[in-house]
Amino acid sequence: MELATAPARGRWKLWLTTLLVFAVTGAAIFAPILRKRMERAAQLQQQSEEQARRELIQPVPMNPSDPRVKAELFWLSDADSSMLAPVVVELPLSSDPVLRSKQVLNTLLAGPVDVELRTLPPDAVLLAFYILADGTAIADFSEALATSIPSGIQSEQLAVDSMTHTLEANVPQVKRLKILIHGQEVETLAGHVDLTETFAVNADAGPSPATGPAAGKTGAFLVQPLTLSFSPVKLTGR
Amino acid sequence: MLLDVGDSRRLRFLAIGGIGSLVVGGAAMAFALETSPQTQQGPGAGTLSPASVATAGQGGTPAPAGPAPGPPTAPRALNVVVLDPAHGGTDPGARGTGGIQESEITLEFATRARQALEQQGFQVVETRQGNENPSFDDRSAIANAQRGAVFITLHIASTGIPGTVRVYVNADLPPVKAANGLIPWDLAQAPFLGLSRKLGDLVQGMLTQHFKGSPDAAQTAAIRQLRTTAAPAIAVEVSSVVVNDRAELDHMVPGVADAIARGVAAFKPLYAMALPSGALP
Repeated sequence: MELATAPARGRWKLWLTTLLVFAVTGAAIFAPILRKRMERAAQLQQQSEEQARRELIQPVPMNPSDPRVKAELFWLSDADSSMLAPVVVELPLSSDPVLRSKQVLNTLLAGPVDVELRTLPPDAVLLAFYILADGTAIADFSEALATSIPSGIQSEQLAVDSMTHTLEANVPQVKRLKILIHGQEVETLAGHVDLTETFAVNADAGPSPATGPAAGKTGAFLVQPLTLSFSPVKLTGR
Repeated sequence: MLLDVGDSRRLRFLAIGGIGSLVVGGAAMAFALETSPQTQQGPGAGTLSPASVATAGQGGTPAPAGPAPGPPTAPRALNVVVLDPAHGGTDPGARGTGGIQESEITLEFATRARQALEQQGFQVVETRQGNENPSFDDRSAIANAQRGAVFITLHIASTGIPGTVRVYVNADLPPVKAANGLIPWDLAQAPFLGLSRKLGDLVQGMLTQHFKGSPDAAQTAAIRQLRTTAAPAIAVEVSSVVVNDRAELDHMVPGVADAIARGVAAFKPLYAMALPSGALP
């Protein structure tokens, strides 16, 4: 009996060892793949909320039936990139102040033809825009506005100024601007410029009961207009 | 002495220069009070009282106050410079080519500026000396605890013409209604904007002598760090971390330090003159 069972035990040991080797090899191959899939799943889950908001809030299309007006958009001056300069663009703009604000801000986000003159990151998205009864506008941007903008006092202030000057020039109903990131109030845009307060848009903007006193208007970065007229259909650089 | 009373509220009891100041820093607000026996006046009546920023809880309700606030008993001279190397810790700030990090470079600029300022006879306090990242409020609190001080925050931009330096003062803030001598923490800079502008212009002028192409005068921006600082306060931003060789930035260090020291020295008599005039802050 013992002579008969010894080879059987040896075979079982061989089978067990073989299975163990297969299991270890399989784990070594599939564990990294599984980990990558889990990481990707987590990433997708993180993006899904913002994606859902983007799908719900589609960019406001230009309505060709709206009257074409000469809108002033503020990007960096090609003569001095530390300042803003207005560019006149003929656009079909809605008479509704909220839609009109969305249209000009989306055009501002799209940027000028010369990408070096843009003030806002190309991947930033305007998620929502409201105007309160007291003239305070609330603009909610995707996180890219904060994460993709070049860090620094100058670049952050120019980004804010490009928005306030553009709204001032095209939407007189907006008195002050509050900027949110992904629906939340944040302390700074990218470490420097204060986003806890509102920014003055029109000169007569007074204190806002909703968000506190309007932050002072900077305006130190504005150069005299050096505008060129744009084709009605094509946005061209200066 | 610092007594923590919770995550969102801190009770600070400071005794500086014989003036007791009770400071309860709420999440957003604090108000100033001083324990002078003199007639109560607002902070716009001739007091530079950075150490006197005091108390309110969340929602802005003033905490129980001590004796009525008043102006300091004697004018103070400018003798302290608070240097703030921006960013640090988990916040590297602007990142440039070759691994250059704003948080590291600002420490170098601060170290050299400290030497230059001490040679001019100023006492220098730094908000950080290593790779830490104090909050905006903590950095402001260091300045607000000083008497006769100015605050200079140092930054390296990721944009701008390389080799230039810009000085910023805070954008206009609403006038402070200093009832009972209490100043909201969030508006601590408001009474000092005039002095900050003078300091900024002087330092910018000195910098422009060193670095051609820099602006002639200080510019304004809504800078979070400056808003809660109860002292003449400026931001100095060097361009930029986007350089081919870090040596390009290192070459700027002595010039920036010298310009800051000379600018503050030129500002010192203006600071002293402002006190008896009653115009400040």
